[in-house]
Amino acid sequence: MSTPARLFPRRRMSSATAALPTQVRFLAWRSLLRTARQPIIIVPPLVFPLFLLAINASGLDAATAIPGFPAESYVAFALAFPFVQGSIFATNTAGTNVAEDIGTGFFNRLSLTPMEGPSLLVGQLSGVLLIGTVQAIAFLAAGLAAGVEIQSGIAGALVLFVLSLAICAAFGTIGLFVGLRTGSGEAVQGLFPLMFIVLFLSSAALPRDLIAQDWFQTVATINPVSYLIEGLRSLIITGWDGEALALGFGVAIAIFAVGLAGSTLALRERLVRT
Amino acid sequence: MKPRSRYLAVARTVVWRNLHSAVRQPALILPALAFPLFFYMAFAGGLSAVGDLPGFGYYDYNAFQFVFVLLQSAAFGGVFIGFSIGADFDSGFTRRLFLAARARSAVITGFGVAAVIRAAGVWAMVFVIALATGMEVGGNGIDLAGLVGLALIVNVAAFLFAAGLMTRLRTLQAAPAMQLPLFFILMTSPVYVPRDLLQGWIETVAEFNPMTAIIEAGRSLMAGDPFHLLLAFALASGLAAALVVFARTGLRRAEAAG
Repeated sequence: MSTPARLFPRRRMSSATAALPTQVRFLAWRSLLRTARQPIIIVPPLVFPLFLLAINASGLDAATAIPGFPAESYVAFALAFPFVQGSIFATNTAGTNVAEDIGTGFFNRLSLTPMEGPSLLVGQLSGVLLIGTVQAIAFLAAGLAAGVEIQSGIAGALVLFVLSLAICAAFGTIGLFVGLRTGSGEAVQGLFPLMFIVLFLSSAALPRDLIAQDWFQTVATINPVSYLIEGLRSLIITGWDGEALALGFGVAIAIFAVGLAGSTLALRERLVRT
Repeated sequence: MKPRSRYLAVARTVVWRNLHSAVRQPALILPALAFPLFFYMAFAGGLSAVGDLPGFGYYDYNAFQFVFVLLQSAAFGGVFIGFSIGADFDSGFTRRLFLAARARSAVITGFGVAAVIRAAGVWAMVFVIALATGMEVGGNGIDLAGLVGLALIVNVAAFLFAAGLMTRLRTLQAAPAMQLPLFFILMTSPVYVPRDLLQGWIETVAEFNPMTAIIEAGRSLMAGDPFHLLLAFALASGLAAALVVFARTGLRRAEAAG
């Protein structure tokens, strides 16, 4: 069922392929509605990162006095943090939704239709991107309200927006992979602390060159999340930094590609199992 | 069987069951173990440059963060047991236990003792790792005993809060209602820098936050230079005493609900 091209005759196959955008549209609409109807899915990813930003910005404002600190305001420096933290919530949302679909039998019913795998994955990610959009607007508005000036200007704010959505989609594919692989909402929830740890063991709180502990600096350098944060941060506090942006987008695309490949395999296996 | 022996038997059974579950299902105890360790690594490792700021005035940033992590794990250790209470309500086990046990407060006492035992295990692990990674201890044995005593009271107070809430709401779905207030109280105290270096709204909130005095006293004990201990112990004990009432009334509501 996952590969209708092999199952349908040539004439039917072309119509099935042509139906792909329709399938994506229906599943995306379902995912958007499902997300929008559950405030519990939207509110924590908005409130929790903003709360942590408020605490860290005040609690660590003294860190701007460290020689070589790249910003005058810690709020500006830390503003990239909620974008990535919010994206981590996307992992949970995507994974929990797909696990719920498996648990309720929706997936089994879907596998009896000529639905294609890619449309299912893209459709499931739409809800995540909706949350990502709401988050990006809220975090940017909160930063501007707190007096942060985006050094790269309006165009930079737009790129910031695009990069944050790319990060959301990238983490969303990880959630999809775990959800499809395990079919368990609990397993997806168990991923959250792990993702949180990865976020904290990055250059989120201080620039890498100012991290005094060698082991932490090494971990932060290896940690891909550092490059996502640094890409976003460069637009806020530096201006246009080609290297930081290339690394940020590169890492987001790489995570997305790996997550999508894993999800596609897991989906194929899941459909065989069902 | 005397009432006292019966009470102890019920409490002991609940303790044994809880610890047994934690051993048999490591996923239950793993967050309680991993989170303090991770916070210690992230804060002490990632922010150690903050310890060199002018006016910081504490002898070792690792020790500064260790005390916060110790008290945080004490508080969350109490709350994590609340999950067990909630799960037992969800499965109907607590209701059956209430029917069997004449002294129902013994059930809550049992959960409380389990919370203390589990928290003590976490503290020992974090302490060993902190020492192994270069934390310097300024205080002597008596100071450290005082620090552990303070953490114990915080653990009991947090447990009583969780028990009071869970006996009222009687479902695991109420878990965020236990965690969020605690998280807020902990994070609006001087977590990263001493109070003198705090700026903005958090400076004002920290001033009135009871956790500030408790954390500052803990840090002073760690440094071997005790400071406003009486205030810290009075606040922690007062909070625990008030939460005894909260937990007792919650238990009565759970009994009434049947």
